[in-house]
Amino acid sequence: MPNQKIYFDHSATAPVDPEVFKAMAPFFSEIFGNASSIHGFGQAAQTAVDEAREAVAEFLGAKTNEVIFTSGATESDNLVILGLAKPGEQIITSKIEHPAILEACREMEKRGAEVTYLGVDAQGLVSLAELQKAIKAETRLVSIMYVNNEIGTIQPIAKIGEMIKELNQTRKEKIYFHTDAVQAANYCEMNVNKLGVDLMSLSAHKIYGPKGIGALYRRSGTPLKPIQFGGHQEAGLRPGTLNVPGIIGLGKAVELISQDKKNLGEIRKLRDYLIEEILKIIPKAQVNGDLKNRAPNNAHFSFYGVEGESLLLLLDQRGIAVSTGSACSSGSLEPSHVLMALGLNPLLAHGSLRITLGKFNTKKEIDRLIEVLPGIVEKLRKMSPLK
Amino acid sequence: MQYSAEVMKHFTNPHNQGQISDADAIGEVGNPLCGDMMKIYLKVDRLPLAADRLEDKIVDIKFETLGCAAAIACSSILTDMAKGKNLKDAFKIEKSDIVKGLGDLPPVKVHCSILASDGLKLAIKEYLEKQGVLDQYPEIKNLSLPECFHE
Ligand code: FES
Repeated sequence: MPNQKIYFDHSATAPVDPEVFKAMAPFFSEIFGNASSIHGFGQAAQTAVDEAREAVAEFLGAKTNEVIFTSGATESDNLVILGLAKPGEQIITSKIEHPAILEACREMEKRGAEVTYLGVDAQGLVSLAELQKAIKAETRLVSIMYVNNEIGTIQPIAKIGEMIKELNQTRKEKIYFHTDAVQAANYCEMNVNKLGVDLMSLSAHKIYGPKGIGALYRRSGTPLKPIQFGGHQEAGLRPGTLNVPGIIGLGKAVELISQDKKNLGEIRKLRDYLIEEILKIIPKAQVNGDLKNRAPNNAHFSFYGVEGESLLLLLDQRGIAVSTGSACSSGSLEPSHVLMALGLNPLLAHGSLRITLGKFNTKKEIDRLIEVLPGIVEKLRKMSPLK
Repeated sequence: MQYSAEVMKHFTNPHNQGQISDADAIGEVGNPLCGDMMKIYLKVDRLPLAADRLEDKIVDIKFETLGCAAAIACSSILTDMAKGKNLKDAFKIEKSDIVKGLGDLPPVKVHCSILASDGLKLAIKEYLEKQGVLDQYPEIKNLSLPECFHE
């Protein structure tokens, strides 16, 4: 079926699950009340929001008053980075975080905070020892992403949580631990107590929910200042009329994750098959990022002597959607900061290709990619002066 | 960012792609560190009666490019524009001509067109050098090109 469109870019966004869409539908024109209004229209919306909040809390093993709805992970990340540490205090993060963390950290540096950016090893993993070394009396916040959005590596969040908990027992000023768990929610342990996190960012559209809605988990007692003003909603931490349909969608999406968890083995099998075949068929190819500590849906390749944007566009012409960390496609013309942090040769970053599977992908679709990709790589290599 | 239909046409089916094994000159630009590289091969007809080597004519031109769709499209249209021209006119092909020929380029991609016009200029310089006449063309001799466009 050459004209069938195939979507392999689920770390960018995922389609809304039809069940999520169905759950949201009544909350546009029928149950449209402002959840803050005390009349019946408002209360109907409020009841549904409460239920969604319970679903999210249950998903995280948290209390309902620890769930703050936001417009998405970028806002959740900003709220944490900008709203917790004070000038003179230190934030520790990693070099492979999402720009929502990194750019907010740069802003905090301007505001007088100290930020330490931890490197990662060649496999894309943060070292616990290095983190421990970086911690000092001024450390206020540690923010390490759960699953990397490009290479899919899973950071040892529970171990970091444990370490920080232990350190906190003898510290005057507590260290708070945040994780951006956007890419982890579908696949990993999300219980905030098991992970030992104080704060966690979530986004709905990566888990088959709608765009424009997310959440921040905030453990009770964690100090946080709002970054926007103008209402009492979400305990004043996130003022603004609640996005009721979005919240309902997020609630449904996390419910479905628990049901879908049994299918994770399937995605992993498809992904492993894809990696195995591609490395077998295409010469001078490699996989980037740790293979063991890795989200089961992520395959990240580099093809020597090929440029990623060209690769992406030729695949797109064949109806297959993927992503790349090539400098040419970045807008800033900088290669991916994640791949650079791995110490990847810039030429290999240039020829990088990210394939992120989703729950609706099939073996047939993988086979189609395996059929098409080698020819495209060969075509571009033929065109290249680099032999 | 979106590419024009013309860019996509050249990118999908580039013209004059490949090598010339007995090329009279080769221009190589780009930098493996940024990842973008371009090689322009020239086959030039040396006019025996002309005193000015810039009157010699490009009879064949081919390119090899490692880069984005814009870089490949720019290489392709550049070779179309240069083929059949004498070196003097070919040397005058600027990035703006390439951009116009492609019916526009996204702003972040304009540097890819410079890569192409520079590649041709370097090839012409090499040709003059091989003919032993480069000193007569100080403007071409002193051509200075940036090393890396990703800045
Ligand atoms: S070749 Fe890198 S942006 Fe065009």
